[in-house]
Amino acid sequence: MTPNLTLAVLAGVLVAAGVYLVLERSLTRILVGVLLASNGVNVLFLVASGAAGGAPITGVTEPQDMSDPLPQAFVLTAIVITLAVTAFLLTLAYRSFQIAGNDEVSDDVEDSAIRRLALDDATSGSYDPDDEGHPDEEGQATGEEEGERVTADPESSDADPVGFEGRTGGTTEPAPETPGEVPKAQVAARAPGEPPPSPLVGAGTTTEEEGA
Amino acid sequence: MNNLLPLPVLLPLLGAGLALALNRRPRAQRVVASTALVGVTTVAALLVWLTDARGPVVLWVGSWPQPLGIALVADRLSALMLLVSSVVTLSVLLFSMGAPEAERRRETPISIFYPTFLVLSAGVSNAFLAGDLFNLFVGFEMLLFASYVLLTLGGTGERVRAGSTYVLVSLLSSTLFLVAIAAVYAATGTVNLAQLSLRFAELPHDVALVLQLLLLTVFSIKAAVFPMSAWLPDSYPTAPAPVTAVFAGLLTKVGVYAIIRTQSLLFPDSHLSRLLMWAALVTMVVGILGAIAQTEVKRLLSFTLVSHIGYMVFGVALASTAGYAGAIFYTAHHITIQTTLFLVLGLVEVRAGSTSLTRLGGLAALSPVLGVLFFVPAMNLAGIPPFSGFIGKVGLLDAGVQHGGFLAYLLVGGGVVTSLLTLYAMAKVWNRAFWRPLQTEADELETVGVETVAQVAQQPAGRAPAASATEAASGDLEEEPGTTLQQEEGSEDLPTGRRMPWPMVATTTVLVLLGVGLTVVAGPLYGYSTRAAADLFGGAAYVQAVLPGGNR
Repeated sequence: MTPNLTLAVLAGVLVAAGVYLVLERSLTRILVGVLLASNGVNVLFLVASGAAGGAPITGVTEPQDMSDPLPQAFVLTAIVITLAVTAFLLTLAYRSFQIAGNDEVSDDVEDSAIRRLALDDATSGSYDPDDEGHPDEEGQATGEEEGERVTADPESSDADPVGFEGRTGGTTEPAPETPGEVPKAQVAARAPGEPPPSPLVGAGTTTEEEGA
Repeated sequence: MNNLLPLPVLLPLLGAGLALALNRRPRAQRVVASTALVGVTTVAALLVWLTDARGPVVLWVGSWPQPLGIALVADRLSALMLLVSSVVTLSVLLFSMGAPEAERRRETPISIFYPTFLVLSAGVSNAFLAGDLFNLFVGFEMLLFASYVLLTLGGTGERVRAGSTYVLVSLLSSTLFLVAIAAVYAATGTVNLAQLSLRFAELPHDVALVLQLLLLTVFSIKAAVFPMSAWLPDSYPTAPAPVTAVFAGLLTKVGVYAIIRTQSLLFPDSHLSRLLMWAALVTMVVGILGAIAQTEVKRLLSFTLVSHIGYMVFGVALASTAGYAGAIFYTAHHITIQTTLFLVLGLVEVRAGSTSLTRLGGLAALSPVLGVLFFVPAMNLAGIPPFSGFIGKVGLLDAGVQHGGFLAYLLVGGGVVTSLLTLYAMAKVWNRAFWRPLQTEADELETVGVETVAQVAQQPAGRAPAASATEAASGDLEEEPGTTLQQEEGSEDLPTGRRMPWPMVATTTVLVLLGVGLTVVAGPLYGYSTRAAADLFGGAAYVQAVLPGGNR
């Protein structure tokens, strides 16, 4: 059997366009990309099914002239699944828009926190402060330690109060206009020496209040 | 007897429909859900016995002329996977039922949770029993779709973020799977695994290699093998505790099962050993290094999950009976242990209100039961001698040594190092969350407000930790300053420092005991795995059972 070149090229173009769109950050574009790619794959099944022919099974065509019914059944199943996934992705995009004001796929909170710690060359929050002889308590009791922490990381002195405000605002006051922004702001403003305050818990509760 | 085969798929699906219809009557829903899963477990146990006594069980659904219809097949491997997964699913279901009312409403809203959970179970069963590639695809889609819903339950910002990553990666792998199926069909004209096994042998080597690599890529994304594993630790930890537990236990293992099945049945002559061994090594080492860097225990465990997938891929890469046997035993062990650990974390979350290592402390004194419940599976995961993790690892390392060669020895070394680093990661969690005194004073007060920080500053330095230690030791019942502060700080929605509800503790205990029990039955179980591996190797028994007339 010789494969149909037009269909093969069409499938390739559709999948390529789909892949390009999937690389975007906006969920809506990704959704369009997924649709294009899955349609490309459906066309690919037509290539796989061989030469086109008459209607199978119903008995109007001679067996040698029939087209292969099995790939068509595959395609039907795939179309149904794609439909359901599209609906789900649309709701996800809409929910993301409701929460964050846009439908972009954001970076992972923990990931960006760890990346920032690595960039600052600071110890992670899990570093055991016991080994340093309780720098936290002593640091607050004596001025010298405080100064040391500032030299260890120049950002911590001015970043700290901001983080403080953001954190208390996030937990005690009603949720800000864009609750989705809260975790980012908290994490970005946190001083690296400190343990992470509770970006996850704080964010979770505010958005849940928003949802309820 | 082969009419048993559709039951593990049908029972949960019918249960899901019934549970949806009963969405006004939560108690009836619970009864339906647990009955369906008990039924699946019973059938799976029967199948394990049947396949071991009489060989593979096959059912051609719809009684079409034989090579045309859809076949459901259970051999030793799929029966064992089915049994372990259904036991784990049932326990997680019981665990989620034991959660306190308020949390249950928030985390597992009853009208959606049970039906979706049952569909997930049906999808897993279907994937294990599938006798052709397209049915495997349908099984994957069922379980993935249920997992999309479970992962984004409640639709909070965190979960929508994690959910979109997860859904997109899964979609991409499903699209690739479809491409692979189209290519396989174009090359061979069938998707039935037994027929494929016969026809692949006649294909030109390069065509078969392309198909093999396509299928391997698809299943590696599902199983989170290293270059394709980044999605897992990002998406799993945000879900509710029971959901994460069942995901961690089952979803990646279905991918591993698919890898084992296709590698052994379709490509018995093309092992790609070197490629798979490198993938296994990198998965193990990168995964565990990722785990060490984490402070959030759920993320840490997700990374160990990725890392330990490497062991199973190692077993497959060896392409020997011993290797497959080790991989099968290890998969059964890992499903149980990983689920148990995530359930214990659910308990930690209930008891202490957090799973972040920077906020936890003194748990062993606060609740010795929780300490034991965490310690046993943690040591089991790390592979400390009496436990099944050790037996599985020894089996795999032994198979590696038998295989011989530089790469195999490198992997044996890598496996030992990974095991040690797992122990290190677990010890870190144990030391910081369970053993060290509760260091709430400085950390917690800072989050409460400026006035309270001033109070701490007035306290003499060094007194605070000692005080908290004595308070922690003074017993379970007393509310501690740290926990009350947490309550002030958190919203009313998230009650912390509560006692753990006994059904949750009981279910977790049962799973922990099951994990220990794997050691007790390790001899027969390892024998069973070896027989399953011997079946796989060559695939003659499978093909003979599915196509008795030598139907091509």
